[in-house]
Amino acid sequence: MPGDTLQINTGKKTADTHHFDAIVIGSGISGGWAAKELCDRGLKTLVLERGRDVKHGKDYPTATMNSWEFPHRGRLPLKVTEENPVLSRCYAFGEATEHFFLKEKEQPYIQEKPFDWIRPNQVGGKSLLWARQTQRWSRFDFEGPARDGFAVDWPIRYEDIAPWYSHVELFAGISGNRDGLETLPDGEFLPPWTMNKGERAIQQKIMSHFNDRNVIIGRCAHLTKPQAHHLHQGRSQCQARSLCERGCPFGAYFSSNSVTLPWAARTGNLTLRPHSVVHSIIYDEKQQKATGVRVIDAVTKETMEFFAKIIFVNGSTLNSNLILLNSTSNRFPNGLGNDSGLLGKYIAFQNYRGTVTATMEGMTDSYYYGRRPTAVMMPNFRNVRKQDKDFLRGYMTFYVASREGWGHAVEGPQLGADFKNAISEPGQWKVFMMMQGETIPKEINHVRLSPDKRDPYGIPQLITSVDYDDNDEKILKDFHEQAQEMLSVAGCKNIAIHDSRQAPGLDIHEVGGVRMGHDPKTSLLNKWNQLHACENVFVTDGACMTSTGTQNPSITFMALTARAANHAVDELQKGNLK
Amino acid sequence: MNRRKAIQVTGLLLGGAFVSTGLLLQGCGNEDSQPFNKADIALLDEIGDTIIPSTADSPGAKAAQIGAFMKTIVTDCYTRQQQENFLGGLKKFRDKVKQETQRDFIQLSKAEREKFLSALDLEAVAFDKQKKTEEPVHYYSMIKSLTVWGYFTSEPGATKALHYVMIPGRYDGDIPYRTGDKAYAL
Repeated sequence: MPGDTLQINTGKKTADTHHFDAIVIGSGISGGWAAKELCDRGLKTLVLERGRDVKHGKDYPTATMNSWEFPHRGRLPLKVTEENPVLSRCYAFGEATEHFFLKEKEQPYIQEKPFDWIRPNQVGGKSLLWARQTQRWSRFDFEGPARDGFAVDWPIRYEDIAPWYSHVELFAGISGNRDGLETLPDGEFLPPWTMNKGERAIQQKIMSHFNDRNVIIGRCAHLTKPQAHHLHQGRSQCQARSLCERGCPFGAYFSSNSVTLPWAARTGNLTLRPHSVVHSIIYDEKQQKATGVRVIDAVTKETMEFFAKIIFVNGSTLNSNLILLNSTSNRFPNGLGNDSGLLGKYIAFQNYRGTVTATMEGMTDSYYYGRRPTAVMMPNFRNVRKQDKDFLRGYMTFYVASREGWGHAVEGPQLGADFKNAISEPGQWKVFMMMQGETIPKEINHVRLSPDKRDPYGIPQLITSVDYDDNDEKILKDFHEQAQEMLSVAGCKNIAIHDSRQAPGLDIHEVGGVRMGHDPKTSLLNKWNQLHACENVFVTDGACMTSTGTQNPSITFMALTARAANHAVDELQKGNLK
Repeated sequence: MNRRKAIQVTGLLLGGAFVSTGLLLQGCGNEDSQPFNKADIALLDEIGDTIIPSTADSPGAKAAQIGAFMKTIVTDCYTRQQQENFLGGLKKFRDKVKQETQRDFIQLSKAEREKFLSALDLEAVAFDKQKKTEEPVHYYSMIKSLTVWGYFTSEPGATKALHYVMIPGRYDGDIPYRTGDKAYAL
């Protein structure tokens, strides 16, 4: 029955500590931005985070450790991998980063179809662990669903978000080259990283052979040349260590911990509450709006309520869906704002299955120095201006060229001084190429609540039911064909294609379930990320996405969040949000 | 280690909890019967140091405590099947050395050790090529890869045998490479 899902124990707290202007659920990449913008605009803001606190610099225990200081040299003991089979498939989960992930037994979920749900468990969320690649969407991405007839039309266009991309890029610090591409618009860039000799050789061959393709250096959230405002944030230049997932002691890459949360705290308007597992959003039937959030303290297991005029839902894509589905009332028996019945549906992700490897001859007189935190990128070149393939949408391509490192295979003696010297030197050049494919949001790809299984906090477990489709298989095949052709044109040898067959979710780019749209009958959120049916609730994390694009999604979450937060404050000031 | 002791070890591995075989045995008072006893670690140090010996610019695998490293990884990170393969392999190794040379590995000259391991390396490569996917690799392939990995991530290996740059400070995509320059440790 709606409303009976929890025994509420409240009323004993004083109003001061439980009433705010705004509540932000989640402290990850989008929650941090909501906090920063709302605090900057003068709102007393409570940020609720289910995990423990992680303070920038202080709580990065492995950040400066040498390889030999790890008992297992980075590898995880069998006990940990056996207890966490899903996490163990994540590239970033290792001995140096284990403490930043939510262990599987702590928060069980139900995989109706295999879905590798990678979850953090601390202040900052996945912003500590993300891959930090940041590309703007182009007009083609926002126009795509309407033009090609899938999902629903985005209620915004590139022009609506462009100033907000600039806003977040300037503050976060994004490195990139101004390439002038319509498919991947330029942003407010710090100096770009550069390609190595192997990568440039491939770039030149691809660009001269294919007139529909561009090869550029990646754009990423690293301070290649910090500006005054970055120094004021307490950050410094990227040292090219590429040990980012451990937390950066230099604050050189963007995270909530190093950038938005400390900034928000400095305004005096921020209250950050770790160990706060959100149960649901409270809907007041009389006032016809959300009034607060029910929380279970992860340490004491005590249930409590917090109240505010506006609520930002930034729990990460699937958790935000879970919270809304669990926020039931007489008005919304199927989840907050779920008049359309589409809440939890149209979950999409990005297709990472295809990779291609090859070797390159020559260039043994060239090496590189430092560890660059980005790759070479090729913006999508399929179905860009019109639908002309037998599949919808396309993919971004990434590649990295590098020389084989220590321990590579060598001919000749397999022991002794000569062997040791040979495997201590760099080997031949190799190329690794990968895809990041758009997937088509579909109603059958969904999440819902388990009717009977609960997590340790008494909250219904989430059921994930998400899979690949025929379009994904066609995109994978096209990527494999094109990658082989491109590397062949570039003169590479030993070209081999691979299909990881990884489950959806391991891309960690899951989006949707609370999608934006014009029409309340076919979408949950309006063009300002407000629930159509409950306008003081804003959903601005990945859950709001109408389609996936081929770009890494985080910079778009940031821009949408900053845009929505400023709109929310404008509306509050105008008296339009009661 | 004689045959009876090897069986004892294998039996314990099959019956006991995989992570705590060493701990289970600690109370029994017979150190020689433990997996990864002092003699095992000493033998692994000698094998490792034959694969990666001390050279002019850097110490060898023994100086990187390669035997103790193998013990840690095999005990904590290997599956039970891999552990059995590794420890059973050590027994096979000792028997094979004895059979072929009538001595222990530790008593062999440098040239004799290299000859023995080179032959074993070929045997391991051939075995790995034809083995079933689900089967573990040859025990010598395990020893060799643990030696290489353990050595190059150890302090002497990373800092003396390789070019170790913890904080590069910048990136340069094209610097001259001269034959003999070391690869990076990371």
